[in-house]
Amino acid sequence: MSNVSATAAPERLGLLRVLGPAHVWALGVGIVLVGEYMGWNFSVGKGGMIAGLVACWVAGLLYTCVAMIDSEVTSTVAAAGGQYAQAKHIVGPLMAFNVGLFLVMAYTMLEAANAITIGFLLDTVAGMLGHSGLNQKPFIILTILALAWLNYRGVLASLSFNLVITAFAFAAIIVLFLSVQFGASAVPLDFSAVTNEPLPYGWLGIVAALHFGLWYYLGIEGTCQAAEEVRSPARSLPFGTMAGIMTLVIAATLTWYVCSGLIPWEYLGSAGTPLFDAARVTGNSGLMVLLFIGTVFATTASANGCINDASRAWFSMGRDHYLPEWFGAVHPRFRTPYRSIVFLVPIALIFALGAPLDQVITFSILSGLLGYTFMTFNMVMFRKKWPLGTIKRGYVHPWHPLPALILLVLCAATYFAVFLGYGTQLIAMLCFYIIASLWFHFWRYRFVKRGDQFTMPWPRPQGY
Amino acid sequence: MAYKPPKQSLAGQIIDVVVLLVLTVGALYLPLYMGLAGAAKTPAPIENPTWEALGQNAAEQQQWAALGFPDAASANEIITARFDYTFSWTALIVMVVAVVGYFILVVRLSDKEYREVIDERFGKDGNR
Repeated sequence: MSNVSATAAPERLGLLRVLGPAHVWALGVGIVLVGEYMGWNFSVGKGGMIAGLVACWVAGLLYTCVAMIDSEVTSTVAAAGGQYAQAKHIVGPLMAFNVGLFLVMAYTMLEAANAITIGFLLDTVAGMLGHSGLNQKPFIILTILALAWLNYRGVLASLSFNLVITAFAFAAIIVLFLSVQFGASAVPLDFSAVTNEPLPYGWLGIVAALHFGLWYYLGIEGTCQAAEEVRSPARSLPFGTMAGIMTLVIAATLTWYVCSGLIPWEYLGSAGTPLFDAARVTGNSGLMVLLFIGTVFATTASANGCINDASRAWFSMGRDHYLPEWFGAVHPRFRTPYRSIVFLVPIALIFALGAPLDQVITFSILSGLLGYTFMTFNMVMFRKKWPLGTIKRGYVHPWHPLPALILLVLCAATYFAVFLGYGTQLIAMLCFYIIASLWFHFWRYRFVKRGDQFTMPWPRPQGY
Repeated sequence: MAYKPPKQSLAGQIIDVVVLLVLTVGALYLPLYMGLAGAAKTPAPIENPTWEALGQNAAEQQQWAALGFPDAASANEIITARFDYTFSWTALIVMVVAVVGYFILVVRLSDKEYREVIDERFGKDGNR
């Protein structure tokens, strides 16, 4: 995570290089782990149980490519801002503006999804305790406002707390798996649907399931946001990110196993809190409490990280005048991008209060997907403009351009997966980005200082 | 000579903020508001449902009960709901053109801006 006071004046202050591979791992898993607690199961709804598992592993391959590519570019463009800074130096200002919007939209929608889940979870628990019909909206509003306030006041303590509650949420998944394996469930694991109804939508269902398969890992690329604060980027970034992905693949597979064994796939495919529901089915009150706390912790930690990351991306664009410079202000006392934090609150609320969970998740996934597509040609352009040997790279990923090509193919398949059932949202989102791009190029760009958009100590790019 | 951007007035900044807000909420929320967002599963409930008729074995029946569905009738709609994946090729082509067109538009316009950035950063003759 970036230190705002430092990023506001990079010439005077450098970020402290204190992070090792374990911190990079914790950063990635911390934001993403909520994907095991909600959202991934819609992939089962779109394709069935087998499709959900295949989507989990194929998405793991997609994110492995993302991590390989991002590790090379970020360890070289070691500037706060991650992909936004990369786009400014490699493709151009308009691409950077779009990448900034991808980040803001993906994280703000994820924040809204987290708030929805907390409201839904409390409603479920209230119903179990005999108080059905709980009004979820006050809890959704309270969650977003409380976390925005925390971020407004400063993030160090809240992000440190994030790591602790993420570890708890991860341990809860392991405990649930082991408990079920050792007979803590009153209801047996049942995988008969795997043989009786393996692919209810045929092979098309496997492609369709890829849409929500991304949710298992969405945001892991955020590890590279910490490039400036890592002691040895060449070692720590690829190692920490890949270790994070392996952790998530294992956690995702365990989650699939427990949930698919305890919950009928038809219910699982539309469940709001699948891991908590799995605990309910066991009939074990200790597991129910554990997974209730795990779900609250995972969603809170994720929402907190999302507000942090989205507001910093918005702030960076304001500072560069890609957006009104009013957003580029730092709070004089708390040293936080307070205007950006406040501005994004109503957007998160509008979606959290007015849109179904699967639609909100789809908006987040789509923004992430557009960002991964950008990474493919960004990597090719990076090697073309500065071939190996012309600049010092922190890390060189092997087999170029194979990872970029695989990523492009998987992105194309995922666009098709989103199109199957959610095509309107895809077109609406593209319309938004096209109109915003035209607005930026023909109006907003006049306020941008040209020379300030390239700050790396590199030679002139080849072909320019 | 380095490009000097104009100073934007406060009113101009507010207008830009409003434009962004309207764009964001409008483009993303309007399909939901107008009911154009798809993906709703369509239930096809059967008459006089039983767990056996719905294809649920004994273990699954216990699972449904634990989830708050005591009988087959209460789970009838969820079990029989399915997505409809039939699609028109025209719609698919429109999507492909939109995605590819979007990236071409952004990369081409970015390149135009990028050349200005590089010229200002390194000089027109490229000797810096």
